[in-house]
Amino acid sequence: MESGYAITARGLTRSFGKHIAVDHVDLQIPRAQIYGFLGPNGSGKSTTIRMLCGLLRPTSGECEVLGHPVPRDSELLRREIGYMTQRFSLWEDLTVAENLEFMAQIFGLSRSARTERIRQRLQHYRLEEMRAQRADTLSGGQKQRLALAAATLHEPRLLLLDEPTSAVDPQNRRDFWESLFELVAGGTTILVSTHYMDEAERCHGIAILDRGKLVAEGSPRALMDSIDADVLEIEAADTRAARHAIGGLDYVRSVAQLGTRLHALLDKNVADTVDKVRRQLAEQGIEARVEKVRASLEDVFVAATGFNSDRDTPAAGKAA
Amino acid sequence: MLNRLFAVASKEIRQLRRDRLTFGMIVGIPLMQMLLFGYAINFDVRGIKATVFDEAQTSLSRALIADMQATGVVRVVSHSASSAEMNRRMNAGEVSIAVHIPRDFERRRLETDRPMAQILIDGSQPSLENLAQGLSGTPLPARPGIYRPAAHRFEIRTQYNPEKRTAVQIVPALIGVILSMTMMMFTAVAIVRERERGNLELLITTPVRSIELMIGKLLPYVFIGLIQTSLVLALGTVLFAVPVQGSLLALYVAALIFIAATLSLGLMISTIAQTQTQAFQMSLFLLLPSILLSGFVFPFDGMPVPARWIAQVLPLTHFVALIRGIVLRAAPLSDLQVPLYKLLGLTAVVLLIVMARFRKRLD
Repeated sequence: MESGYAITARGLTRSFGKHIAVDHVDLQIPRAQIYGFLGPNGSGKSTTIRMLCGLLRPTSGECEVLGHPVPRDSELLRREIGYMTQRFSLWEDLTVAENLEFMAQIFGLSRSARTERIRQRLQHYRLEEMRAQRADTLSGGQKQRLALAAATLHEPRLLLLDEPTSAVDPQNRRDFWESLFELVAGGTTILVSTHYMDEAERCHGIAILDRGKLVAEGSPRALMDSIDADVLEIEAADTRAARHAIGGLDYVRSVAQLGTRLHALLDKNVADTVDKVRRQLAEQGIEARVEKVRASLEDVFVAATGFNSDRDTPAAGKAA
Repeated sequence: MLNRLFAVASKEIRQLRRDRLTFGMIVGIPLMQMLLFGYAINFDVRGIKATVFDEAQTSLSRALIADMQATGVVRVVSHSASSAEMNRRMNAGEVSIAVHIPRDFERRRLETDRPMAQILIDGSQPSLENLAQGLSGTPLPARPGIYRPAAHRFEIRTQYNPEKRTAVQIVPALIGVILSMTMMMFTAVAIVRERERGNLELLITTPVRSIELMIGKLLPYVFIGLIQTSLVLALGTVLFAVPVQGSLLALYVAALIFIAATLSLGLMISTIAQTQTQAFQMSLFLLLPSILLSGFVFPFDGMPVPARWIAQVLPLTHFVALIRGIVLRAAPLSDLQVPLYKLLGLTAVVLLIVMARFRKRLD
């Protein structure tokens, strides 16, 4: 009996020795959507994906993928999922066409289906010219298109993509996401992990992971609307002085500089934060324009992962 | 099932063809080993440098020295004037053997309870001990009226290798050494490399089964092993005139079983090693005792009991017994059941361990 969800997980936990990589994660991922895992390195994104496709056994908890309990029935799942690893993991000493041919054979496609499917994928992912080229001579973007072509050869119902764009330039990333939306339009469910904000914003739903725990979940819009903080933008001539003036206040939870502006997250439970900040700056003789703005996904991320500024935060998409 | 197995095997062959170095080693290792072992290793030691301290200086003592030289085993390079000089020469490494003929040599010759002369050997070098034993048996020169050489108590006939050529003993067993070296190392490294490069992580998420993956990867190496066997046999016949007395069919059956054994060992290493370097070191770790304890170099029966126990779990031991039986003694497999079944048993045990360890999972 299949549920309406492509993936459900309850209390999914995995530890390596004493280190808990994934800590009681609950998931309900709807079909035919792009669902994103957003989190810094080491937050448990890869481990979660590996558990969902049966590569790792959970320490505790359970999950069901496309109606199959995993890891018990992970072999049944194999034909229905496509998996793209973080690192290029096709064979670098084989050509583009040979790699696709091999993967098609492994997935048990008939000879005629193979020829047709490979021809179609080469064309669709603009790899025709490179078909006789060895994979180790491809650029980052080409390698990634090849990996996606290979992962979709058998038309899987679920694609699991582990940081697929980490070695790709911005233009190729955009093209890649276009391809993902095409696949979703065709009914495929896609689970993608990323540490790019702009990529996370493109997802239908996202889960923010921090040190193995799921700390926020929902659509990017809903998450931005319901952020548990006031977001202020402060424009000042002397940004360093302004930052110094408000940085120590107990209701200011995080300050980040964006060019000539400061971006601050403040405690929502404190009233009139905007006025308080204005007064504080005026008392110190700092000329500044203070304005309340809409939260960005990065604000959501910072708020959700506990305002811990000295840890790795995900790169802002625009900077890439 | 067969389609996927074939896909894995043909991918492996494709990659092997492109890996020039490995491909070269498939032919290069047997060739090099063959020349190295065939020409350099010689248990039939000849021309050992010797010094002579002849205090007697009689015609008989000189004739005795001349006869020793005539065997070709020793080559007298110097004469010493004293015991001290004799010892100094050996100490300096100038000679490995010294012959001391005492002043009363002629009188001792007539006695039966005292040795006539002394042979000193450099014990720091292997294999010279046996040589000295042989030399001490040099009969006294026949001189009419003086001495009648006594007949040997035993006549020695070396069966299967009448000319006592080392190559005949070495070459058949060398097939086993070369197969152990290449089969084990190539498979272990080939699989660990796929793990290192992340290929295995991708493969695990596909419908390919462990057994298809394992057999598909090993199949090309079975053929490589058979090619190497033929190569060594052919070279052995052409270069060293090693006769193949037994049936070729029996020989290839034995070779196939042994290839299966070494490939399984390679697989076992690949399930333990995390990096190619580790896989490499582990195969060397298995290779060394195989070469030393299998009977390839030293007679198996002469080894201490614990060494023989260890040798029993090394496939090479049983293969050496098999191949020497088939190639040199023309023994049919029915006469070689003991090593045959031991080899099969070992292969089965290793395969069971591999099956238990080779899982389609990362943890």
